[in-house]
Amino acid sequence: MEQRRRERIDRGVKVRSDGLYALMSWRELSYLTVPRLVLIVGMLILPFIMPGMYWQRVISIVCIYALLALSFDFLAHYVGLVSLGGAFFIGTGGYLTAIFNTSFGFPPYLSIPIATILGGIICTLLLLPCLPLRGVYFAIVTLMYPLVLARIIEAMDILGGTDGIMGIDDFPNRWVEQYLVIAVVLLILFGLRRLVNLDLGLVFRGVKDNDQAVRASGMSITNYKALAVFIASAMGCLGGACLVHIYMWTGLSLFALDFSILPIAATVIGGAGTLVGPVLGCLILVPVSELLREFGTLRIVFYSIILVGFIVFRSEGIMVYGQRKYHQFERWTKV
Amino acid sequence: MEILIYGIINSIALVLMSLGFALVYGISRVPNFAHGALYVITAFITWSLLNTLGLNYFLSIVLSLIAIGVIGALIYQFVLIRVRGMAISEIIASYAIGLAILEGLRWGGFKGLSYRLPVFIEGSVNIGDVPVDYHRLLTVVVGIALVAFIWGFTHYTKLGLALRGIAQDERAAMMLGIDSDRMALVAMAGGAMLAGLGAILLLPLGNIVVESGYNVLTMAIAVCIIGGLGSWMGAVLAAFIIGFAQILSVVYLGSHYQMVVALLAIILTLILKPSGLFGRQKELEERV
Repeated sequence: MEQRRRERIDRGVKVRSDGLYALMSWRELSYLTVPRLVLIVGMLILPFIMPGMYWQRVISIVCIYALLALSFDFLAHYVGLVSLGGAFFIGTGGYLTAIFNTSFGFPPYLSIPIATILGGIICTLLLLPCLPLRGVYFAIVTLMYPLVLARIIEAMDILGGTDGIMGIDDFPNRWVEQYLVIAVVLLILFGLRRLVNLDLGLVFRGVKDNDQAVRASGMSITNYKALAVFIASAMGCLGGACLVHIYMWTGLSLFALDFSILPIAATVIGGAGTLVGPVLGCLILVPVSELLREFGTLRIVFYSIILVGFIVFRSEGIMVYGQRKYHQFERWTKV
Repeated sequence: MEILIYGIINSIALVLMSLGFALVYGISRVPNFAHGALYVITAFITWSLLNTLGLNYFLSIVLSLIAIGVIGALIYQFVLIRVRGMAISEIIASYAIGLAILEGLRWGGFKGLSYRLPVFIEGSVNIGDVPVDYHRLLTVVVGIALVAFIWGFTHYTKLGLALRGIAQDERAAMMLGIDSDRMALVAMAGGAMLAGLGAILLLPLGNIVVESGYNVLTMAIAVCIIGGLGSWMGAVLAAFIIGFAQILSVVYLGSHYQMVVALLAIILTLILKPSGLFGRQKELEERV
């Protein structure tokens, strides 16, 4: 019986365009730039092709989830900290911007950056004691943070209690709102890709793969982890701040588990560790869940089942699969 | 006196809620985040058997416990077995299953206050000067009996010893011919049945609502983490600690703080001593 195996070989154009030779011909140039341009142009024209206000609002929500998913992917697959606390970041950023906007009267273009930076600092400080934890323990502790904050706000009746804070300024118009979040997502996406390829990114991956080796090289793991958590939580807080200004309301629902679960689902479906994958996953998952809205809670059932299916049968995700098909071809060879 | 009695009752209730989670994690190292869903669905199965099919109460309890055991085994056999060992995939997969079950129940119309299970024995008795109804006393008795039964089962039967073998050292146990996946399957089925038993004992005291699934999951995680993941006796002791802490906070602070206490306890335990009060995890596996 003749045995055969499938081998994967890099496409010639990939090999040629890896180095400086990329500038040799339009073909190689477009091989590199077209996928990126498709994403950027696609994101930028999305608000125009959406029918009606409702779907334009959905685009903003997609971008906020994409921010969270990016922060999850960055923390989990480049630093090795699996954080299930997306809602914690969203809630911190949301409440901070609400306080600055209503109590101090800061306009959105001031309150959002302040909430982002301050929120990042607060989240990092609160998570600082848990940074030495690993794996499941860090995951569970971050899952508990949003729950406990929501319960404390409810129990002590501070910050508007169960009613939340109302009367927050919105954006001047919906074009500003959409292009702000879209631009933020694109900037952060490409910024993070750049960051993980810098020396700093190398250290982050070192922390993930072998923290003792990083420590033996005379670098403090805790400092690097704290820096990574600051970057990720600031992204989440930015998302929360934008969300609050879009809805003109903040409340306990900012700490809902949705914000912790959906970004993870998007990361799993889109492709973990690719940074583009989570954005893609959000672009697929959030509109699907909006389409299913009329089915009520059945949509949660749907996307849980999709999630289980992906995790069990195709855990690499769409983006990794797509990249492989784009860069390599496969053929059967004799063993 | 009131604090003492209701503290004990509350603690036993926590034991019943979390024993299944502790059992599954202790044996197969799978954090079963579908625990809360299994808890709630048992109550709904019992309710449906009792009211829709009109079976006798005892029979419907037995049938629903068997059903939940089969459901737990199926979840393990078809989903969790494929992601075993990958901690995050385990959490996401089991949580997604739990979410699907709970939200499916909500969609299926099981919401509102109309779903109640009857209590086993009506009436109440005064202990000292505190009135306690018989059902709560029965819960305490069954809870203690259950803990004793599990202790005996894992120390004196072949299956129980095999389960403990897998929990202690999976490789050595496999060399002795114990099928690790089979034992994990048994543990999952048993854990699901324990969750179901907890639901049947505890839910007649209130309404069957979908939200209790999330609360039970949180409490089970709290108890298991404080007691040390994988340590059953630790879980029982932790249930008493949290149980009394909750009753004290309800009496002196107000009922809103009940959940805050549990959650803060989790966070503090994880930060200070992640292996819990009685856990025996290796230091290096959990923190740098």
